[in-house]
Amino acid sequence: MIPDRPDPDALLAQVTGQDGLMRRGRLKIFFGMCAGVGKTFAMLQEAQERSQAGVDVVAGYIESHGRPETDALKQGLEQLAPHWVVYRGVRLREFDLDAALARRPGLALVDELAHTNAEGLRHVKRYQDVLELLDAGIDVYTTINVQHVESLNDVVAQITGIPVRETVPDSIIDRADEIELIDIPPDDLLQRLSEGKVYVADQARRAVERFFKRENLTALRELALRETAARVGEQVLVDRAGRGDVRPWATVERILVCVGPSPLSARVIRIARRMASAVQCEWVAVSVDTPSQSDLAAAQVRRNLKLAERLGAETIVMVGERVVDEILGYAIRQNVTKIIVGKTALSRWREWLRGSIVDELIRRSGEIDVHVVKGAAEDVVSNEIRSESASHAGWREYAWALAVMGCCTLIATFAFPYFSAVNLTMIYLAGVVFVSTRYASGPSAFASVLAALLFNFLFTRPYYTLVIADTQYVVAFAGLLATGLVVSGLAQRVRRQGAAARIRYLQTLALYFMSRKLASLASRDDLAAFAARHVADVFSGDVVVLMPSATGRIEVSARHGEFVADSPNEHAAAQWVFEHQKCAGWNTETLPASQAIYVPLVASEKALGVMGFRPRVREQLLEPEQRHLLETFSTQLAIALERTAFASQAEAARAESEREQIRSSLLSSVSHDFRTPLAAISGAADALIDNATSLDSTTRDELTRSIAEEAGRLNQIFGKLLDMTRIESVGFKLHREPYPVDELVGAALGRMQAVLNRHRIVTEISEDMPMIAVDAVLINEVFANLLENAARYTPDGSTITLRCGLVEEAALIEVLDEGAGLEPGTEKEIFRRFVRKRPPTDRYGTGLGLAICDAIVRLHGGNIGAENRPAGGARFWFTLPILRSIGTDSLEPNSDRQQSTDNQATE
Amino acid sequence: MTSLAAKILVIEDELPIRRFLRPAIEAAGWKLMEADTGERGLVEASQALPDVLILDLGLPDMDGIDVVRRIREWSRMPILILSARGQEDDKINALDAGADDYVQKPFGVGELVARIRVALRHVSQVAHPGVEAATIAGDITIDLQRRIVTRAGRNVHLTPLEYKLLATLARHSGFVMTHRQLLREVWGPGHAEDSTYLRMFMRQLRQKLESDPAQPKHLVTEIGVGYRLVT
Repeated sequence: MIPDRPDPDALLAQVTGQDGLMRRGRLKIFFGMCAGVGKTFAMLQEAQERSQAGVDVVAGYIESHGRPETDALKQGLEQLAPHWVVYRGVRLREFDLDAALARRPGLALVDELAHTNAEGLRHVKRYQDVLELLDAGIDVYTTINVQHVESLNDVVAQITGIPVRETVPDSIIDRADEIELIDIPPDDLLQRLSEGKVYVADQARRAVERFFKRENLTALRELALRETAARVGEQVLVDRAGRGDVRPWATVERILVCVGPSPLSARVIRIARRMASAVQCEWVAVSVDTPSQSDLAAAQVRRNLKLAERLGAETIVMVGERVVDEILGYAIRQNVTKIIVGKTALSRWREWLRGSIVDELIRRSGEIDVHVVKGAAEDVVSNEIRSESASHAGWREYAWALAVMGCCTLIATFAFPYFSAVNLTMIYLAGVVFVSTRYASGPSAFASVLAALLFNFLFTRPYYTLVIADTQYVVAFAGLLATGLVVSGLAQRVRRQGAAARIRYLQTLALYFMSRKLASLASRDDLAAFAARHVADVFSGDVVVLMPSATGRIEVSARHGEFVADSPNEHAAAQWVFEHQKCAGWNTETLPASQAIYVPLVASEKALGVMGFRPRVREQLLEPEQRHLLETFSTQLAIALERTAFASQAEAARAESEREQIRSSLLSSVSHDFRTPLAAISGAADALIDNATSLDSTTRDELTRSIAEEAGRLNQIFGKLLDMTRIESVGFKLHREPYPVDELVGAALGRMQAVLNRHRIVTEISEDMPMIAVDAVLINEVFANLLENAARYTPDGSTITLRCGLVEEAALIEVLDEGAGLEPGTEKEIFRRFVRKRPPTDRYGTGLGLAICDAIVRLHGGNIGAENRPAGGARFWFTLPILRSIGTDSLEPNSDRQQSTDNQATE
Repeated sequence: MTSLAAKILVIEDELPIRRFLRPAIEAAGWKLMEADTGERGLVEASQALPDVLILDLGLPDMDGIDVVRRIREWSRMPILILSARGQEDDKINALDAGADDYVQKPFGVGELVARIRVALRHVSQVAHPGVEAATIAGDITIDLQRRIVTRAGRNVHLTPLEYKLLATLARHSGFVMTHRQLLREVWGPGHAEDSTYLRMFMRQLRQKLESDPAQPKHLVTEIGVGYRLVT
């Protein structure tokens, strides 16, 4: 709808539309009233002009029917080789879509837009091929006759008496950027026909002769002219709205068409479409799903809604008891201005009995106009809408009804001497209610009638006749019958509602379960695997989930069932769906020969993958609800996948910024830590060189020792930096191998000998320690750092205890010292980088050691901590999970390992 | 420990290192020869026939491992490797290729001299076979001729594989043996990757021979590289 002042959104839409045209390709339609008017000829002529103007034109598919003047026009245009399809022994010439896409011309000519493709091609209809070309940014010229326009289809059939099966949705024609009407007067056309200039297949000659009558042609011509004029008018309005000239309409119209379970609705829908397009407004097709609707009726409603959708309507299904209430409610809420409803074909007495929807609509519509139009069927297949009332009930139910009535009669016979006859009707009434609540309306009516007859026959005077003497029994009789029918109707409704509710409940449950489970899974593969299993269970079939690999090709990443989608055809279908973000495959109009239906996994922007579903029974049809459910499932999966993708992106970004922060803080800390010893070394060396003779031996010794010490310090800082950067580098991997704990301890103590030689070292290793799978080089660093800290922060001669034990499924390693302990409250802080909390006994230490330990232990899946011992001193501990599968772990060659032991004199 | 001054060849491109090596080595009574590229080193080695070769892994003209391989084509002279941090893989590859030991930069002079001594001891053993068949490490004696192992004078019972492992370490006593070398010599070429076995056997050996297996004095682990029998 276009408001009186240019709406910014509308303008934006128009701009992006124009922008999109750059990328999306322009569509021009050569439009004619019937075959033979020269559409192809005109198209070729214009193509030639464009080609001469320098446009890259390719004739994708031209149907010249051997006309020499048309053929002549093809000269000089690049022609795409046709795609030959053999179908039931017949070689069919088809448009080669893939070749055209690969060729990527500026303008492609594709004749006969309404053509239905041969089986085995990607799309069912040629217009789908054209849409794909447009999406790929290729301009397209195409041709179509008026009888192939979906919304005019029935009018043409009315005029000519010949139904046309091949139609093109109006939305495609609406998308055309340009429509050119190719028009010749009917007389000229008839003359061309008689001269044999119009192609007519031999077998169709009779039909064609019936078609090409002067009055037909005139009517078709008028239709074509009117249609073109209407579309030209639309373009004028769009352009004018862009300039913000005048208000195009006094009021904004909105049309609602009521869609019922009748094949006659088709015509009503078409009329609504024509009205909507005449006044240029939105239109919506509404159907009300009442509990009493049968399956057959529901199927017809779906067919009708699908037609409306094809014609460009918004379709809505509402659920409710009363059709009129729902429709009017919606109409008022949505500011509908016109309601179009079909004349019902109810017989007079039924209309009188049940009331006509049309009458009620008209009576209660208030401000809204109601147009009542006559419906007409157009699908021969679907006119057997039957009331399912009696037909379903088996003889068993009738037998039960009979039995219940027998029981009632028995009870009534016993009660007869004691109660008045009227009271006995209550017994029968109870019986009838019982039957009605359990069985269909047939047996209920049967029971009601039977009850009335039995009562009349047995318990009213004159006995054993069906004559009613007392008029009061007439009331009882009628009451019995009415109650039975009403109760059975009600019960049936309740049952159906219950069944519908159950199905909805199950679907909701399936969705709920899926969404809850998806929320709990984190990895891409887990999500795909779960979704595949769940969808396979719900829809009973095989499911594959395909996701793109690094190369952009999609690959099966999870599946449930035997279906693997590895044939080139299946893979091509899935790839197509992935690239175009549209459903395709089995039960759709694109690549219908595929074994499975492929649904794109699209959340907010691009497709994340494809889900393929192959039913157990190929003949089984996918109901629209099921397809919606399938799409809902795939959307849920897509959202979950996107969530994990975002999460990992966020995680990566966080890690990156953290790395960046580490890098900068490292740099600032390191520049200080390096500068001090470097200054000391160079100073001492200078002093030694400059004052070689004047220095006494003690000073010289001091200076040389200082050089050695500071060099050692530099080396240590450098080593830790190297460790830290390596552990935190991207793609760092642990080289785990099973190690005996005592060997790790021994290696660490051996390495730290020089540092520990002024302390007493005690090791307590529990006897039952199993091997633990660790990266020994890194764990060695942890030991070394903890031991070094223990030595540095405690007085000489004190004891350092190394204790190893088992705690649940982990090895617990403790380093206990007898020093001053930790400053309270700093237990966690000390594991952060560049934090030096304990008063050191010397000025060594980079503040990196414990941070390195923390990183290494966490990489192993363990924990690290520190606290003060009750008896004084600090306790540093870390745990390492024990991986029991010794020997099954990868035992990599040690020569590939990195090692970082500082060298120690070993003698 | 020959009476004649032993010849030590250093292949090292960095002058500061060579500069401090010279006084240290000469102070120990050995003769130092220098080469600053791999090619020159190889020529020097073949002409001067040094007793011990000290080889820096970061040479400008060729890969240190290639130098080791080419020396090993014709000589069993002990090769000590000088490696820096960051060259761990190269170091192990060089050891696997036939180098005998390594010293990690930065190193103390005392440490290097000790390693050269160990190497020279092996040289003299090769020159006079059978003279020192028994290896003594603290209170452990490994008699390779009689296949007897004693600790503090008492016989220690070892399984055949344990003995084979210990004997292999003893034959290279003082030198580091990589996991791969040990596995190949004790278990055979097919088991070069099963380092878990090796660690289990080393653990058993330590428990039988070390007074405190958690603080081993002789069967020392070089984390990430291999094992060394320290005498």
